[in-house]
Amino acid sequence: MQEDLALRGFRYVRRRALDWVAEVGRVTLLIGETARLTGPGLRSFRLVVQQMAAIGVNSLWLVVVVSIFTGAVAAVQAAYQFSSVVPLKYIGSVILRSVVIELGPVLTALVVGGRVGASIAAELGTMKVTEQIDALEAMAINPVRYLVVPRVVSAIVMLPVLTIFANAIAIFGGFVVSVTTVGVTAHVYITGLKDFFYFKDLFSGLLKAVFFGGIIGWMGCYHGFRTEGGAEGVGLATTRAVVSSCVLVLIIDYVLANVLFRFIFAQ
Amino acid sequence: MIQIRELRRKLGSKQVLDGVNLEIRQGETLLIMGRSGTGKSVLLKHIIGLMTPDSGSITVDGVDIVGMSEQELSAVRRRFGMLFQGAALFDSLTVGENIALPLREHSGLPEREIRKRVAERLEWVGLTGVENMKPASLSGGMKKRVGLARAIAMDPQFVLYDEPTTGLDPIMADVIDQLIRSLQQRMGVTSVVVTHDMQSAFKVADRMALLNDGRVVFLGTPDEVRATRDPLVRQFVEGTSEGPIRPV
Repeated sequence: MQEDLALRGFRYVRRRALDWVAEVGRVTLLIGETARLTGPGLRSFRLVVQQMAAIGVNSLWLVVVVSIFTGAVAAVQAAYQFSSVVPLKYIGSVILRSVVIELGPVLTALVVGGRVGASIAAELGTMKVTEQIDALEAMAINPVRYLVVPRVVSAIVMLPVLTIFANAIAIFGGFVVSVTTVGVTAHVYITGLKDFFYFKDLFSGLLKAVFFGGIIGWMGCYHGFRTEGGAEGVGLATTRAVVSSCVLVLIIDYVLANVLFRFIFAQ
Repeated sequence: MIQIRELRRKLGSKQVLDGVNLEIRQGETLLIMGRSGTGKSVLLKHIIGLMTPDSGSITVDGVDIVGMSEQELSAVRRRFGMLFQGAALFDSLTVGENIALPLREHSGLPEREIRKRVAERLEWVGLTGVENMKPASLSGGMKKRVGLARAIAMDPQFVLYDEPTTGLDPIMADVIDQLIRSLQQRMGVTSVVVTHDMQSAFKVADRMALLNDGRVVFLGTPDEVRATRDPLVRQFVEGTSEGPIRPV
């Protein structure tokens, strides 16, 4: 009885492991196919611009709201943790570096991943179950070129742009809170920003955003293309796209942090 | 001409196509009938290369399309037009953009010519001046007709119809039937129509094939279908639950 249970457990784990390997393989193939078709896909520049507006411009207000409060919270937290230990003149530099390196790119990726990843998966999933993707193929139009390339390219381009906005707005949010409630003067805050601004911090944050954009675009498209069934399938694909892009953003964030700050920018 | 030889395809645990043999002659309208879930749409998707069989061959004008590369298949597909069951119009595009899409992708025609072709195809299917409407604001019959206009936009040699009259009222179904006939006469296309609507079937078909348990079990002209004593065909044509085909 116990042996039977152990065997069933082993089979279950083996099946799940094989499913996972197959999933990784399919995502890799989609990435390869997207790379192969990027040139031809960019010829439909109108589609790329449409997606840039949908992914970038339409996400801007969400990013503004999230960023301003991120900066504000960072200021409050920094002031609390500095108390009697670190002079408050460093508050600007701490907010700057934490926002530019980590909070800006990661929080932007998480909120955009929720909004855009879900929207891409739902749109492509609905197209899949209503045979619109079959219709594209029947018209000899490659769905990866027509649907995936514009979305992934736009996400890769727009995530760093949104991150730049997020960084600026979060630093401004931190400035407002520092000056109005923490008791730091504008001059001290701005001096802190200037003294501890390093280009490599900004570069590493934007490089992360490029990777995060790719993750959001590919996860949305992959799960949209894998949709089966009807409305339930579309809902499931949407959830999977958001969850997988958020988890991958955090994993890749850790990997990139290691590569960038332990090897490339290590002093 | 399209020739299908010993086509087999399993989906999950079900053998959907189990040795289909069929020949579709140049310029004819071949109708494939059968109960829901017997693999009619699956067969249609194999003909246009949207699905790959486990075994067997499909030759289009003597060239086997099974195992072709995506690029080779793409060239073959340009000779086909397909009307999907739910029309499969792209929600984000207008009616005009839907019909113009294959032309913009493949034809190299100037924009003025494309607009002219779109208006002409819409006129052929009895819909003029709807270019700027979105698919969501069209009725079921209008969607099918726009889907048909898109399917014939590239002057295809073969047109595949997946359940063209399903979900339509009898009057609109007759309009679609007449369109299928008139397009065959006007363009000289070879058509394959998949349906279980028998009233429609007799109006459009030159020959009719009955698909059952993954095989073609009967093939003949509409007159032969009417005259046959084959119990499978009789049961299907008469639409009774009593007979060799067991309701599931």
